[in-house]
Order: sequence, then structure tokens, then C-alpha cells
Amino acid sequence: MAGQIDRETVEYISILAKLELSGEEQLAAARDMGRMLEYIDKLKELDTDGVEPVSHVFPVYNVFREDTVTNQDIREELQKSAPACKDGAYKVPRTVE
Amino acid sequence: MEMFDMTAAELGKRIQAGEITAVEAAEYSLSRIKEKDGQINAFITVEEEKVMENARRVQQKIERRELTGPLAGVPVAVKDNICTEGLRTTCASRILGNFVPPYSAEAVKRLEEAGAVILGKTNMDEFAMGSTTETSAYGITRNPWNTDHVPGGSSGGSCAAVAAGEAFCALGSDTGGSIRQPSSFCGVTGLKPTYGTVSRYGLIAYGSSLDQIGPVAKDVTDCACILEAVSSYDRKDGTSVKRESYDFTSGLGRDIKGMRIGLPSDYLGEGLDDEVRKAVMDGAEAMRSLGAIVEEFPLGMAEYAIPAYYVIASAEASSNLARFDGVKYGYRTEEYEGLHDMYKKTRSEGFGPEVKRRIMLGSFVLSSGYYDAYYLKALRVKALIMKAFDEAFKKYDIILGPAAPSAAPEIGCSLADPLKMYLGDIYTVSVNLAGLPGISVPGGMNSKGLPIGLQLIGDRFQEEKLLRAAYQLEKAVGGYGIKKEEAHDEQRI
Amino acid sequence: MSREYETVIGLEVHVELATETKIFCGCSAKFGGESNTHTCPVCTGMPGSLPVLNRQVVEYALAVGLAAGCEINRFCRFDRKNYFYPDNPQNYQISQLYLPICHDGGIEIETEAGKKTVRIHEIHMEEDAGKLIHDEWEDCSLVDYNRSGVPLLEIVSEPDMRNAQEVIAYLEKLRMIIQYLGASDCKLQEGSMRADVNLSVREAGSRTMGTRTEMKNLNSFKAIARAIEGEKKRQIELLEEGKAVIQETRRWDDNKEYSFAMRSKEDAKDYRYFPDPDLPPVVISDEWIRAVKERQPELRTEKLARYIREYGIPEYDAQIITSSSKMASIFEKTSEICKKPKKVSNWLMVETLRLLKEKGMEPEDISFSPENLAKLIDLADDGTINNKAAKEVFEEIFSNDTDPLYYIEERGLKAVGDEGILLAAIDKVLSENSDSAEAYRGGKEKVFGFLVGQVMREMKGQASPAAVNKILKDKLS
Ligand SMILES: [Mg+2]
Ligand SMILES: [Zn+2]
Repeated sequence: MAGQIDRETVEYISILAKLELSGEEQLAAARDMGRMLEYIDKLKELDTDGVEPVSHVFPVYNVFREDTVTNQDIREELQKSAPACKDGAYKVPRTVE
Repeated sequence: MEMFDMTAAELGKRIQAGEITAVEAAEYSLSRIKEKDGQINAFITVEEEKVMENARRVQQKIERRELTGPLAGVPVAVKDNICTEGLRTTCASRILGNFVPPYSAEAVKRLEEAGAVILGKTNMDEFAMGSTTETSAYGITRNPWNTDHVPGGSSGGSCAAVAAGEAFCALGSDTGGSIRQPSSFCGVTGLKPTYGTVSRYGLIAYGSSLDQIGPVAKDVTDCACILEAVSSYDRKDGTSVKRESYDFTSGLGRDIKGMRIGLPSDYLGEGLDDEVRKAVMDGAEAMRSLGAIVEEFPLGMAEYAIPAYYVIASAEASSNLARFDGVKYGYRTEEYEGLHDMYKKTRSEGFGPEVKRRIMLGSFVLSSGYYDAYYLKALRVKALIMKAFDEAFKKYDIILGPAAPSAAPEIGCSLADPLKMYLGDIYTVSVNLAGLPGISVPGGMNSKGLPIGLQLIGDRFQEEKLLRAAYQLEKAVGGYGIKKEEAHDEQRI
Repeated sequence: MSREYETVIGLEVHVELATETKIFCGCSAKFGGESNTHTCPVCTGMPGSLPVLNRQVVEYALAVGLAAGCEINRFCRFDRKNYFYPDNPQNYQISQLYLPICHDGGIEIETEAGKKTVRIHEIHMEEDAGKLIHDEWEDCSLVDYNRSGVPLLEIVSEPDMRNAQEVIAYLEKLRMIIQYLGASDCKLQEGSMRADVNLSVREAGSRTMGTRTEMKNLNSFKAIARAIEGEKKRQIELLEEGKAVIQETRRWDDNKEYSFAMRSKEDAKDYRYFPDPDLPPVVISDEWIRAVKERQPELRTEKLARYIREYGIPEYDAQIITSSSKMASIFEKTSEICKKPKKVSNWLMVETLRLLKEKGMEPEDISFSPENLAKLIDLADDGTINNKAAKEVFEEIFSNDTDPLYYIEERGLKAVGDEGILLAAIDKVLSENSDSAEAYRGGKEKVFGFLVGQVMREMKGQASPAAVNKILKDKLS
């Protein structure tokens, strides 16, 4: 599977990840990813048939909050570090043309 | 005793006794930072006035007997990926350059409740991605033992601050070895607790299923004190675990007679520096002489831990770091045309190369057509790694091994070859994958005068046993207390 | 059209749950409020913040799933759906892909063509996104995260519907079930119920599926019906011209009655789902399911039968009253207070429905209290006010939930009960209609109504019917 990281793949992944890579960075990314994946392919040596994937290390289940309002309006504090705000809302470039 | 020689617990005792005030301790640390940090660069942010103000407030409470714990008045440093209310928290990244959190991490709140005085925020690899503290957007941190060398990473700033005597202790975070490896490189003691022991609320996530906050300190006793202060069952963190006991200090002095120590032969083979191997064997011998039963055994799976780790950590990171987009907080690029251009420029300018590398890898392994082959496969391998440890802990109480393949490398050698740098995590990452506690204890110096760390690994929730073993190992092989002679202040810097 | 086509429709319905708080934080989930005043570090995606699941969301999901005949996944989990958009503060939505809470259910619908079952593929829990407002003055959009993190159920049907009628029937049935459970108010206009329509066409008789499109932005049943017609036409035209339908998401513009593709090279649909490491799985025990079933309120069919049996109202009335949980609840509560279910039913069936229609409202929008309706019924009954006045009072109750006693007092609507004037009027009527009075005394009880009417006319409608009845009966005995 490795070695197949071409520039198109890098471009596609950078769209997903919202990263803009220069031509040089794209080449480097293709090389780094290819090498890393080649190394990761080592996992294929292992027979994992019938092994359940584990995402949580502990069998902890059903961690809930009760449905009561605990938060107050802290808009001002939340927006202190915001790059651009207007009328209490976060300002972004226009989303529809 | 000079303040420099005191551990956090010793300082705390004197503060309680009224021999030293919290204000004097804070003044000492700030002057020490002024003196040393120009060269070490362990800190990203120190707000002196705030520190002094807090120290004065704490001192008043101590005098009113409202604060009587071992950490009251002790200056601590906090890694810069742990949120501190009103105090800039950057993750050593340009993208959070101006981020002042509106809340504190649960661990920080607990430290403050214990009366610790937060000195400032320590340098780290950007978003905790790295093993050298060279990927910080705010300059590299240098190893106090030899400033041509790295302090390790990613909690390099926290470890260097403690080693340089700037802070009496610190909080770090450990996703794949980020507390234990720099502790080993800096000759300090660092503990990564069982997953779920310290709340992750307020820790800026890298790999959520692996991240844990833990203490960095001068010795095992300090580590135990800090862990006791910061650990809790926190309802704000769904992965927090309700433990039976949060007492990590009262069993410390007990002996280790009959304790079964396993030495994984997989950790002693190719790739391990000879001097480190010798330090591990010496440590094993010391424990044996204290009555422990030490034997080599094949742990298995060691070589698969790193690839599994990089798949899982990168995948989680690619998603965790998506929120940094220039909309709600942090950096936004100057010029852009439309939304997506704003996203891409902001993120490309805001993140450094190592972070981008991991976001790209993580996005790839989750992308359509690769999820099963990479991500699910890695989660299956993780299950096998957990099983290998489960088997080992049927036979042994504690596992002993190196914390890193070598002592601290020279600055500039690691980043050129990322894969090689990743391989340096071989002895630490599986502990995170399995959610286990691990501690790095100083185990001597190499021929170049750089510290070597020994790692002890315990079974889940077995911190008490782990700390007891570490305490005895520290007593036997030296730890910080002995090193201070040959590494006295002047020699050290 | 040279060929016969069949339309195949599946629905993704999003329903905002009626919880007090958001799905993963303690912020209020109430609709409205100034921009970003219902937000916290969690629902604005602040670094270091962590989600913790609201138990009530699971309860509602189970209730809806069980009512829709679903199987329950005893082990379910949340996954992250990764995509960048400013209404989504983490740039991933916490949803369920791999192990949704409910699956494989179905609900029965009825249209002119008869009964059929629409199968439900799955129901999953997820978080709502914030709101984007396009600024009129500047070339920018503004983000409000008050809705961000409001709990949603997404109910995904199988492609079992064939026309707009079936789709509306399905949505109405679904809405009724959910409203009955109290899980959501399901208001399409406010967006607490939203439907995305997946539609494809194929030649009649064909077994293979055509290429489908997904239509969004449908905020009324009428818009849904129009969108289905419009999209069906567009797809058939493409096929007739020998062109292919492209699988894409389209936005319905109800004014232009046309859908537009929402395409951009920036949104590659690759959501990189993976289990959310911040949220432990949810394990659902038999006991939990049993408890939810026990707490389950009576559903419509049971209620319908009970109304006929217990309250003795006609089936037709019961049908209409139980078609809305709000109406049913008002009916029961009012009957409970005044013990006159038939009268309550009448007020609902006639005046309430008339006013709803007049004002273009849904039964769920009814805002008057059972207490005031019950008072009105008693007042009309004991003759304090007459029918004409009662209707006026009801309009006031309907619009402002005013206390009828207060209103009657204020407007002087009280019927005249003064015996002197009334007696005089009755005497006058009896003397002018002595033959009728005789007929009544002779056993022709029907005439009584006529005499009452005459007295009321004499009193110009200002008499209490109860008093008229009483005095007249006395006089005639
Ligand atoms: Mg959805
Ligand atoms: Zn919130």
C-alpha cells in the first residue's frame, strides 16, 4: 500500500485537512507519508482475525450528565480570544455566494 | 539547606513551619528563571506580578491555617497545553499565540486548591507532537545538563524547568512518553498515571485516548504528592475513572521484598544504547538486592507499538486539531478570499511542519478506503498489546526497562529524520496504548555527563505499588538527591 | 413522457429533542436567545473542553425507537463526523455511524391507496449545528452557537415511499408519535423537525435503483410535496434527454420551485468517521428498556379506544382529538376539571378547529389552559353567560388564555338572571303562546324548546338559559 502516496492523494488529503501545501511541501508530504505508511504496514504481519478493535482502554460505560441547566451566559469571556466578532456573533467570510 | 536543594515536599514542610514564606519561594523561583531561562527557555509565559499576587494570597491562607497541605506555597510550572484561566495557553503553537483560556483545567484547579503557586507555562513540542521540544513555535528548550542537547519532549520545558531549579515541580502531559522520556533526559522523575486518573478537562487534546496529565518532580515522593493533589474523579471528563483510592503517599516507604519485577528482553535488544542497558541492569540488580525477584521475560508486541501508536495518535490528532480554524479563538490569517481559503491559510501558517505531518497522516488513515486497513487494524493491534501486558502482569508486579534508547541527543539531530525520531518512543508508547501507569526515575549518568532514566511500569490502577518500587529504586540508585553533588549549580548550566 | 417512471423516496428526518439542556453540556437548549448567550467552552469547541452525554437524550431516543418498532443496539457508541464548516465549532459533528442506538423498525402509514409500512433503517443521536446569518451590510456571515449541541435524533427510513402523499403521511405519523412521547414539539417552521428527501426515479417495474439526490431546506409539508414533484420532474427530464442524474446534495428553493446543487470541490464527502475517544459507550440493559416501555405514555390507538369507552365521545371526535397529543392532553385535563367530556369535545371540535384554521396554526400551537376552558364550560352551563357570549369569551381564551370570569366581568357579558324581568318576559310569552303551553302540559315535551327560544328572543339574548329553563318549567308544571 505504501509508496502509492502520489501528489493527487496529498492534494486530496490536504483538502480534507484544510491545509495549503506549497509544491515543495506536497512533495515532502508525499515522501514522509509514504515512508511512514510503509513502516506502519508492519502491522500487516500480525494476524488480527477475530480480535475486537479496542477504542477505550477501560470498560467504562454510561457516563451521563443529568438534564439540568448549569451554565450561565459567559459570552464575553468566550469571545475574548476570538479573531472577529460582530453583534455577539463570530464573524466569518460569507458562506454562500 | 539552600532552596535549590529542596524538593517540593521539603519546601512545603518549611513553609508550613514558617521558616520560608510562599512569597520568598516564589521570589526565589522567579529570580532563578530570570537567571537561567534566557539560556534554557523552559518557559513560554511567566507573568511575574500574577505569580507574586498569588503567592501573597497563598501565604495569607497558610498563616490562617486554611492551607496545610504539602504543596501549599510551592511554585510549580504548568505545561503550556494545560489551560490556565486568564493566563495565555499556546500549546507552543502560533495558532494559539493569543489564546487566553476562560477556564482552568481541572488539574490546575486542584493544584491551586492545594495551595501551589503557578509560576508560568512551560515550553513543549507544538501540540505535544515531538520528542525534543524543538518543534515549539517559541524557540527550542535546552537541556540544563548540557545546553547543546535537547531536553527531550514533548514536556521538555516542564522537565528542564525542574532540572534547572527554576520550578520545584511541574505538570506535564504524556501521550506516547512525553513525561517519561524528557524526565529521563533531564535527570528528573516523571509519572504518567493510569488513563482516567487525572481529569483531561482543560488539557488541549492531542490523542484523546492516550493523553494523561502527570507530575514532573525532583523525586518520587514529590511525584506522589502532586499526583495525590491533581488526581480526581471528574464528571466533566467522560473518560475519568472512579478509583478506589486516591492515596498515593502513605505506602511510599514500604519495602519491596518479594516483589516480582519483570525485565522485558524485547526492551534490551538491538537499538538500545550500551550505557543505558547497563544502567537498567544495575537498577535490576539494586532491586534484587532489596529483596525483589527480578527476571527477564519476553513481553512481545514491542515492535508493533510504534506503528499502532502513530496511526491512532495521528488519527485522533487530525480530528482534535480541526477546531483550530481562525473562527472562535487564536490566530487568523491576514488576507484571504472566502471561507475555505481562510481555513487553509490560517492553518498552514498557524501550524508547524511536524503538526501538519501528523494531521496529514491522521486524515489519510481515516479517509475513505483506508479506515479498516489502518485505523481499525491499529485498534486491533492495541488489543493485542493490552493482552500482552495483561499476561505479563499475571506473573509480575512491576515491569522494569529503559525510558528511552539513549540519553539526550544533540540539538538538531532528530528532526531531519522523523521516522527515526518516532522510533525513540519504543519503550514508552505501549504504556499509553494499554492505559498503564509508568514512571521514569534517574538511573545514573552516561560518560558524557547526561542523565539516564529507568522506567517502571505498573498494572492499571497500581500506582501505589509502582511508586513504592520507584521509591526504593531511587534510594538504591541515586535519583536527584545524589546527582546534585556532581551536578551542582555551576556545573549544571 | 414516452416511458413510465416510478419515484423512490427515502427520508432522513432530524428532530430536535425537548431536553432542558444540550446533548453534551449544561447549556440551555431553549429556542431563541441573543446570539451565543447559550454557549460554553464545550459547545463552542474551546480547546481542552470535553463532552459528557445528557442521559435524557438516550431516554428519548429509546422511547422513539421502541415506539417505531426498532431493535435497540445494546452497545452503542458515538462517532465523529469530520468536516469543516463554521456552524460546527469543533469541525466535527458528534454523531453515530457504526453502532446507532436503534435500527430496523417501521411504522404503518395510511393513504388513499391503503395501508403500508415504511421501514426505518436506523435512528441515531447527534448534535445540532449552530446558525449562520448572512450579514446584510458586510460581505460576511455571522455564527451563533446557541443551537450548537442541541440534541437531535436522526431517523433514517428505507426508500419505501413512492409519492408525496406517502411522504407526508409518514412524516405526520412520525410527528404524532414523537409528540405523543413528548420527545420533541416537531415544529417544521422553527426547524425542530427537518426532513431531507432522498429521491430517485426508475422505469416502472425496474428492480434496480436509479441515482438519487438528497434535497435539503424543506421547511413545510407543502414545500416537501412541491420539492418531490419538482425533483421528480427534473430527474425524469434528464433521463428522457439521455442524460445522467448526478448523486449530489441539492437545496430546494421553495420560491423558485427548483432545487440547486450544493457542490464545491472543497467539500469532498469523506467524513473520516471514527469512534469518539472522549465518550464512553452506552450500554442499554433489559431493565432500562423495560423501564422506558413502562414510562411510555399511552399511544394514539389506545387513547382513541379509551376516549370512546371512558368519555363516551363519538369515534369521529376521538379521531380528531387524538390526532394531536396537545389536543388530547387539553381534552383530558379539561374533562378532568369540569367532568363534561362531551362539552369539552364540542369546544375542541368546533370552535378550536375553526380558530386554528383561521389563524393558520397547528394543534400543537394551542396555548390556552384547560382550567380556563373548564371554567367557561361551567359558566355557560349554569347560565351565567349565554352561547353567544361564550363564543366571544372562548376567542379571548384561545388567543390570550384570559380567565373567563375576569373577561365576563370586564365586558359585562353576564346573562340577565333577574327574576322580575325574566318572569315578565315569560308571562308575556306564555300568554301569547297559550296553545303551545297547553300542548306541553298535554305531554308534548318538544314544544318546550320553542318556548325557551321565544323567551330568549324576548330577552334579546341577554337571559341565562338555565334560569329561563328553570322558571319556565315551574310555570308549566
Ligand atoms: Mg446526521
Ligand atoms: Zn454549552
